[in-house]
Amino acid sequence: MMSAVALQLSCVAAFLVTAIVAIALSRSARATAVIYGATLVICAAALFGSLRWLLGDTANASMVTLPVGLPWLGAHFRLDALAAFFLVVVNLGGAAASLYGLGYGHHEEAPHRVLPFFPAFLAGMNLVVLADDAFSYLLCWEFMSLASWALVMAHHREPGNVKAGYVYLVMASFGTLALLLAFGLLAGPAGEYGFAAIRAAPHTPYVAALVLILMLLGAGSKAGLVPLHVWLPLAHPAAPSHVSALMSGVMTKVAIYGFIRVIFDLLGPPAWSASVVVLLFGSITAVMGILYAMMEKDLKRLLAYSTIENVGIIFVGLGLALAFQANGMKLAAALAFTAALFHVLNHSFFKSLLFFCAGAVLTSTGERDMDKLGGLIHRMPYTSFAMLVGCVAISALPPFNGFVSEWLMFQAVLQSPDLPQWALKIMVPAVGAMLALAAALAAACFVKAYGITFLGRPRGAAAETAGEVDRFSLAAMFILAALCLLGGILPGLVIDALSPISLQILGGRMPIQANEAWLSIAPIAESRSSYNGLLVMLFVAMSASLSVFVIHRFASRAIRRGPAWGCGFSDSTPAAQYSGASFAQPIRRVFGTMLFYARDHVDMPAPGDTRPARLRIELHDPVWEGMYEPVVAAVELSSEWLNRLQFLTIRRYLSLVFATLVTLLLVLAIWS
Amino acid sequence: MVVITDIAVQGAQMLLVLLLAPLLTGFVRKVKARLVRRQGASIFQPYRDLLRLLRKEVVLADNASWLFRVTPYITFAAIWVAAALVPTFATGLLFNWTADLIAIVALLGSARFFLALAGMDVGTAFGGIGSSREVMIAALAEPAMLLMVFCVALVAGSTQLSTVANFLASSYVGLRVSLGMALVALIMVALAENARIPVDNPATHLELTMVHEAMVLEYSGRHLAMIEIGAFLKLLLYISLIACVFVPWKIALFGTGPLAYAVGAVVYIVKLAVAGFLLALFETATAKMRVFRVPQFLGAALMLGLLGTLLLFVSRSF
Repeated sequence: MMSAVALQLSCVAAFLVTAIVAIALSRSARATAVIYGATLVICAAALFGSLRWLLGDTANASMVTLPVGLPWLGAHFRLDALAAFFLVVVNLGGAAASLYGLGYGHHEEAPHRVLPFFPAFLAGMNLVVLADDAFSYLLCWEFMSLASWALVMAHHREPGNVKAGYVYLVMASFGTLALLLAFGLLAGPAGEYGFAAIRAAPHTPYVAALVLILMLLGAGSKAGLVPLHVWLPLAHPAAPSHVSALMSGVMTKVAIYGFIRVIFDLLGPPAWSASVVVLLFGSITAVMGILYAMMEKDLKRLLAYSTIENVGIIFVGLGLALAFQANGMKLAAALAFTAALFHVLNHSFFKSLLFFCAGAVLTSTGERDMDKLGGLIHRMPYTSFAMLVGCVAISALPPFNGFVSEWLMFQAVLQSPDLPQWALKIMVPAVGAMLALAAALAAACFVKAYGITFLGRPRGAAAETAGEVDRFSLAAMFILAALCLLGGILPGLVIDALSPISLQILGGRMPIQANEAWLSIAPIAESRSSYNGLLVMLFVAMSASLSVFVIHRFASRAIRRGPAWGCGFSDSTPAAQYSGASFAQPIRRVFGTMLFYARDHVDMPAPGDTRPARLRIELHDPVWEGMYEPVVAAVELSSEWLNRLQFLTIRRYLSLVFATLVTLLLVLAIWS
Repeated sequence: MVVITDIAVQGAQMLLVLLLAPLLTGFVRKVKARLVRRQGASIFQPYRDLLRLLRKEVVLADNASWLFRVTPYITFAAIWVAAALVPTFATGLLFNWTADLIAIVALLGSARFFLALAGMDVGTAFGGIGSSREVMIAALAEPAMLLMVFCVALVAGSTQLSTVANFLASSYVGLRVSLGMALVALIMVALAENARIPVDNPATHLELTMVHEAMVLEYSGRHLAMIEIGAFLKLLLYISLIACVFVPWKIALFGTGPLAYAVGAVVYIVKLAVAGFLLALFETATAKMRVFRVPQFLGAALMLGLLGTLLLFVSRSF
């Protein structure tokens, strides 16, 4: 009988073998079906193994040491409840993406650029979650980054993708540097790289604060925390859509796993001030992410920005958990932590679903620009239904899953008055208001995304001639849509499944939900707050069908089709419809005027002039222009300056060498 | 036996809100008309309008999709369920624990989400203008609403409306500045959510300033009837919410017998009438504001909610 971790590792080995097979096969016509079929099977096996572990006996972690890596250390791998949960997220997303790829992959122009890296990427993500020492963790992290980078560069001839890949590479290296330093600090002067040794060693508050900042930089840049998010909306949409789904829905979660592992598990008891930083970054990320998304007109980039928002929400949950944990409020900490993990799971469902739908639109119309789409609900009925489910779920509306995690988050926010620190007391309600703002803006943003893309009249020829996509893609979408609904109506099961993790990490858990009547959930006590998604859905469905029945039976069921009313004004051209930019105008004016320096320039021709009037929208990205452009300018300036050193005469080089030598010797002499 | 009573009370409550909602709107319209010295239509006019609309055929735009046709029913059902979960004349109803205040607000959010989508379905400029402004107003109203919830939950120790009403009705809470601020914040949010003056004008039609009416411009016949009754229900819901949280006097507590229920029902109708009168008075006395003044209006509500919460912390710590 193989141990659980060995089973997971053999799945990883199978992924790697598949990647090698893909290189050999990549030019053949059947490669797509073979590779995605193989990854589907392996993901399903890994999913089954980790799910069984999570639902079964999680008290004892399963460990294995392989004789690779650093000679005196070996490579440690360990499966505990936290890792098992993230393996479920990774492999569920991987299985869905593979299923989708079975159909979508046939539209790929250069399959040999995608097929070998797809299983490698999955292997990398699995390995990061399993790693149990700093060296293997960083190595797997880099492997994951590089594999995903190769996937981002799959369509490297398309405009903008080279820049996306470059920015991603720079930011990924920066993130790894921060992680490297964090682990260096954690390992201490003795150089204990095993996670067990790090966990056992005491850490001074100074080290803990530095590690927190470095983890926010390292894991945060991969997860997309503002202001480290700049690569994400460039790189995620550049990859093929099922890889975008994996990067947005799953890889950001692996980064969050890293953050939880180090800050909650390895670092020991947290300080309350740590939570202030996490809450601050989380809430700013949530609101900024969704505002960026609101301004976007490229469907896939909109989804990538919305990922940033959701990462912010997850970090808010983690920040709350830190705050409660630091004050010994185990129950509240478990509530906030469970809310964050629940949102991790939910986001992996609906963001993968939405990227699949965006990919379906892309294959069917060749367009990502929403302002050239429209009316797809008539031409892609199944895709549009799945997308509708995803949009409702991500907008945190009942009875879908997004609402449950958001609701749990608000319940955690409501626990904050018991916190002793005044800074937190004042901050947490404000963070709660930011969460509500982000949720409402998300609803606005997805009304826009759905309304412009799928509703209205087609704005271009591509949208008029679109057709439905293949069955594999539809199957992947509908499975995820069903999971979104199930998570929303049976949240108690998910909460109970997550409880071993908070028990392991925080030493406390939420009350058992399975005993609640009617499958409702009550995070603290029923008199305080409870929610029953199943009954809410049943009530709404029953009253809706009742009203439909009564009206159609007793009142009227006649329908006449006619031209749209529009106050008697029939605008003949579809261009007169609301576009994405016009839909965003009220919110752009309210929030964007300050944050994005948004300005509308109207160019109105003089009377008698026949040229068309023009409206130009000016938007500035405060993060890119305020933080990154100065850095880029400084790098360019210094490299230009250093460039002169390349064209010196031999005498000058020799004198430079001599001067350096003398200076170094002088320093040495003074030092000792 | 107990269960049957519970179901009866819950069913009575669902029917009550459905039957009272048009009357409330009719009453508000009548008072508004009398205040400007018009005769005004009968207070039963909304019922007649609804019946007439229900009997008429639906004229659908050529390119309207299935979403456009199901939205009126989804919206109506979501608002009806939300309205049925707010205690009106009695607390401790059978399904009160199904959803707390946050979930009720989110249910209304679902209704609005679908309405906003339906506004964009036909592809006319009016639908888009209505939807985009509606979601903007919602984005501003929701944080204020949450802070109001927060403030009330701090006092009552719960977000469960039945518990809140029970607590505020049965124990001595006294006059609290925080609750006053939360009340003002909730009224401001309610005005915005119900498309009332000064945020939107429910009587307006064919104007560039309309928000809610622009969004539902393409609806006709029974679909329009469902949307109208949804709007009536939403107004009733917010007034019931204000009544049950801030003036829970004489609300029948759980299991107090039929007499208490009867008293609760009568007092509830009186509360509705008073609130309707005040709403009409306010609407007559105020002008509608420009669309881009709404952020300031709702920002004030947000600040009131935050201040109320902070005051509560301060008053607790001394």
